[in-house]
Amino acid sequence: MRLNDEETAILAGDMGEVPRQALAHQVAVGDFFSAEDFVPVTQAHVMADTESLGEAGVRWLESLAEVKEGRCAVRIPTITDPRGTDFTKYRQLKQAEWMVELERRAVAALVKLGVSMTDTCINYQTVLSATRGEHVAFGDTGVVIYSNSVCGARSNFEGGPSALAAGLTGRTPRYGFHLDRHRRASVRIRVDWTPASLNDWGALGGVIGRIGGNYWAVPVVEGIERPPTSDELKHFGAAMASFGSIALYHLVGITPEAARLSDVGAEALPPHRVGRAEVQALQNAYAGDAKVDVVVFSAPQLSLFELRALADLCDGRRFTIPLLAVTSPQVKPDSDRFGYTARIEAAGGTVFSGMCFYQSYAREIAEANGWKRLATNSAKMVNILGGYGYAPVLASMEECVGAAETGRLR
Amino acid sequence: MNGKVLLARHAMGTKVSGEALVAKDGFSARYDLDRLAGFFSRPAHKLAGQSYVGRILVLDTAKGGVASAWMLYEMRSRGKVPLAFVFNSVNPILAQGAAFGDIAMLAGFDEDVTSAVPSGARVEIDPAAKTLRFL
Repeated sequence: MRLNDEETAILAGDMGEVPRQALAHQVAVGDFFSAEDFVPVTQAHVMADTESLGEAGVRWLESLAEVKEGRCAVRIPTITDPRGTDFTKYRQLKQAEWMVELERRAVAALVKLGVSMTDTCINYQTVLSATRGEHVAFGDTGVVIYSNSVCGARSNFEGGPSALAAGLTGRTPRYGFHLDRHRRASVRIRVDWTPASLNDWGALGGVIGRIGGNYWAVPVVEGIERPPTSDELKHFGAAMASFGSIALYHLVGITPEAARLSDVGAEALPPHRVGRAEVQALQNAYAGDAKVDVVVFSAPQLSLFELRALADLCDGRRFTIPLLAVTSPQVKPDSDRFGYTARIEAAGGTVFSGMCFYQSYAREIAEANGWKRLATNSAKMVNILGGYGYAPVLASMEECVGAAETGRLR
Repeated sequence: MNGKVLLARHAMGTKVSGEALVAKDGFSARYDLDRLAGFFSRPAHKLAGQSYVGRILVLDTAKGGVASAWMLYEMRSRGKVPLAFVFNSVNPILAQGAAFGDIAMLAGFDEDVTSAVPSGARVEIDPAAKTLRFL
């Protein structure tokens, strides 16, 4: 990579060990992808739950945080993805004390490094969305695909170590979706059916993700009949990223870089037709047993409007199995103020804040609580939880709430 | 096949040799693995039930979430880690994770590497030369 004077000085250790380590890591990644140079970034978003870090990762964070000499803190706004627990409710999940202690240590180290603990995967709805052309270093695949596609910002998937490095150096290697040539469409999708429910939007995203199939594929989608809401595109993109590792898509006439098919160079691409049958086939793959052990709304965290819709469905019900709804620390106070939390919890549900279900030791809490058959409206989550020993079922929010009442999906 | 060499476009890490474990499937540390026990746990994965520890994983592409970037480092700390990765295409997360976890990686070939390498073959990965060589 071509380094400027400041980067050369950082790599030589002139600004301390913390930025030196960060830049050395970034150079290794940049060289792998043949990046020519660095691009300045304005924000970083760090995924750093302790199920992923483990003891080794937390010790590494602590070793960085203990450095006293040189520049020891992030130099741009640097925020966090969800934690592995809600510190006020971990006993309800039957999480072990060691898990919570590991989380506390990770938080302490990140705070020492100047990181703002926003603990959210919907920062584009709750903290500060990136703008068209803005270069950022975001973790969480759902955050990246939304920011790239809906906002027109520019980010690669930045894993925790790399996003933290970007926060510490204020830059990231210029490769992938920072470059115009990687933002052109490579897969053309023609849909003849526009979803209505969030689980259908997620399932459509999953189908398109499977067609794309790898990180460098950029789907362009024709035929969506109305401008989707932010929550619909949240589920659509999160599932596409989860099923296909996709980081950028375009919706013709809707997303900012594709007013016309020709804007993303897609006129000559052969179209893949996707309709309701393909979406239903994906949902059928997660149909499973009618009996349900637990209902979970998470991945991504719920917006205020999703909690409002959930509260409406909870009124007058009494749940017989756990119903868990997960939101961000920014949304939770409003959910409390508007009475949504109280209405959900009056029915027997629980609203968690600042965590994500699948990042919260999902395998261990399944074993501790006897959960196997899990119902959710998140296509992203059903894709993930198979690897954690669950038999996940994808259904609408209404059907999931009904299952929480009866213990069965109809 | 001894001595045959495949050339990659992207490489990192140090030279290693070992037994290849091959599938035309993806890879995600969070989605696909029982990381504590060291085997592929997602039932739908083509390597479900097989141990990846100490083997050279030859797969189609990297999938899924950003967690793998931390997880490879954590897996290395417990010795439950593949010896190297070889992909047809790779996403930034696996490259970042391999850099952080100090695991050799090759990616980008002129042929489908999952067809070119039989499972169980002994191969050498040389990132400096960007080569996979059959032993």
